[in-house]
Amino acid sequence: MLAVMSDPSVSAVDLRAAGDVDEIRVAMERDGYLPDEGLATAVHLALQLRRPLLLEGEAGVGKTEVARSLARLSGGELIRLQCYEGIDVAQAVYEWDYSRQLLHLRATETAATVGATGDLDVDSLEDELYTERFLVRRPLLRAVTTSTGPPPVLLIDEVDRADDEFEAFLLETLADYAVTVPELGTFTASVPPIVVLTSNRTRDVHDALKRRCLYHWIDHPGFEREVAIVRRRAASVDESLARQVAAMTERFRELGLYKPPGVAEAIDWAVALSTLGTDRLDFDAARATLGTVLKYREDQERVLDLGLGTMVGDAMQRAAVG
Amino acid sequence: MRCSVRRSADPPATAPRFDPATFVARLRSAGLVVPITSTIAYVDALSVVGIDRPDSVYWAGRATLVRRPEDAGTYDECFAEFFLGVDPDERTDDDTETLDIGLDDEADAADDQGPSDDGADPDVSLRWSRTEVLRHRDLARCTPDELREAWSLLAKLRIGGSKRPARRLVPSRRRTDSLDLRRTARAAVRTGAEPVRRFHRDTSERTRRLVLIVDVSGSMEPYARALLRFANAALVGRGRVEVFTIGTRLTRVTRELASHDPDAALRRAAVAVADLSGGTRLGDALGEFNERWGARGMARGADVVILSDGWDRGDPAVLGAAMERLHRVAHRVVWVNPLKASPGYEPLAQGMAAALPFVDRFVEGHSIASLEFLADLVAEPATGAIPPTGRRTGPTVGSAR
Repeated sequence: MLAVMSDPSVSAVDLRAAGDVDEIRVAMERDGYLPDEGLATAVHLALQLRRPLLLEGEAGVGKTEVARSLARLSGGELIRLQCYEGIDVAQAVYEWDYSRQLLHLRATETAATVGATGDLDVDSLEDELYTERFLVRRPLLRAVTTSTGPPPVLLIDEVDRADDEFEAFLLETLADYAVTVPELGTFTASVPPIVVLTSNRTRDVHDALKRRCLYHWIDHPGFEREVAIVRRRAASVDESLARQVAAMTERFRELGLYKPPGVAEAIDWAVALSTLGTDRLDFDAARATLGTVLKYREDQERVLDLGLGTMVGDAMQRAAVG
Repeated sequence: MRCSVRRSADPPATAPRFDPATFVARLRSAGLVVPITSTIAYVDALSVVGIDRPDSVYWAGRATLVRRPEDAGTYDECFAEFFLGVDPDERTDDDTETLDIGLDDEADAADDQGPSDDGADPDVSLRWSRTEVLRHRDLARCTPDELREAWSLLAKLRIGGSKRPARRLVPSRRRTDSLDLRRTARAAVRTGAEPVRRFHRDTSERTRRLVLIVDVSGSMEPYARALLRFANAALVGRGRVEVFTIGTRLTRVTRELASHDPDAALRRAAVAVADLSGGTRLGDALGEFNERWGARGMARGADVVILSDGWDRGDPAVLGAAMERLHRVAHRVVWVNPLKASPGYEPLAQGMAAALPFVDRFVEGHSIASLEFLADLVAEPATGAIPPTGRRTGPTVGSAR
């Protein structure tokens, strides 16, 4: 079993000490994330080989949640870098605190005027400005300079949204878990952070970056797993309702909708139904809460056209059989 | 690392020697791109999970050797063959499709004036230079020699893209509202801590993504080749270009086409496209594009160019719905129809009629000159026929679903 780390206030575990895949799976399950064999293996390997883990999959299959779960389990800080088009070093790695630098310059100047010398040593002043005191640490730098406690979990979310050029920075950082600030030198992580990258695949992540990472494609879960996930994430939902919701969600995914519902939607839906006091799915309840699971008007119309009532009927049978 | 793995229940007659490198070689010969670093990672991974459980061996390879979901199928086949002793020939390969070349041509010929119809050559003036004649010649009627020359003209084409405002601020010479603190602070050191010179930043521009969707069904063959070369020229010239082919299915050929040698690029693309010169299911293929790529982000804010004659074997309502979705996501949709150049052309093909309400620009694409026009078109900002205010609320097709 995994050893509980020395800090008694949190029940953190040293994930990298896991002996085999099953320990990771059990630990994540205890935390409320139910990984399948493939994901658990990929996570275990990423931890053991100290490589970043690149997760791809449809929206709402729980890619980001993997990182959150790992952070909760290990007790490490979750450092999240949300990527977007045009993200650059200043937002991802580091920036200088220019306002403070200017203030410092003015203060030094005033001191010099008031003092006896009245003279400014320009070179040493410039060196002074580029010290850690004026350094603003953005997520990547923070991830490699965290030296106390368990290693942080660095989540680089939706990396496909960033530009290709940005991947070059990532590559450098992820290759050696090091960040170079020209004025200060190179910061290298004493313990490599746990790194999870996610991508929705709006464009292909560059091969060089993929080669650095372990790769896993997260699929929609199977029926029984989805039931289990809904039960875990929404405690108020009882078994039969969870089964019905999972059966309906599974059916929706077969219809070729604009946005097939993910696990996140299934959970939302189950919670919505249960909040309204529904303990058994029927046409009226499904129709009233359809907006929580299908987020496009066209998808809702499609489902109503195809016969929501019949689908509910089929789902009840599916749920009963299992 | 060398050991043998056998299927627990029914070991094959010759238990295969398990050598990771041999397995990787098998994957490579099946078409997977596996760099040596991945092989090393694979061996590392095996040493972590061990090789006792087939599941672990399988997933260790999936996590280290496979980097695209499309490759998972190939990996599964190789794995089954290599570790479980499944003979690839025994499997029924239901993926294979028979190619039927332009079956619907006759049925649809009444709808449109096809290029294959006998007709007089376009007006050609003898005063024009040879190149000039070629530029305007219908590509379907070019001789192989003329085509070669046409391709070299296409390869010279510089294809830019329209610009859009970007989020990133760049140093600017103008005085703007946004101060460039980094440069100002640096300069202040030189002037005794006094920020005498102030620097500014201004908004920048980015090139829009260009998405080319090329119909490769039988009826489109001569033009499809030209547009694929057009796509190749665009890919070589700049980034942010994506290329897909549609026929009975959707294939992404961006990688295959990104080569400085257009002939090699076309050959690779032809291998990737299984349905070259088959039939067309435009609506389904465009729907798949929307679902898998477009709506997720690739088509968002992009210029989308579709090259097709609009002959669709599927339900026009499906095509209409797919086009409506695409139009709502994309910045601009340009439809290139080579038949439009034919005298008296009317968009009567059912698919074309269903798609047109959601098309911003409808242009020809039958000759080099028209493709040059297309290059200019995608480089200019989207204005023109349809005002920007009208395009988001385009007419809806009542029977869309």
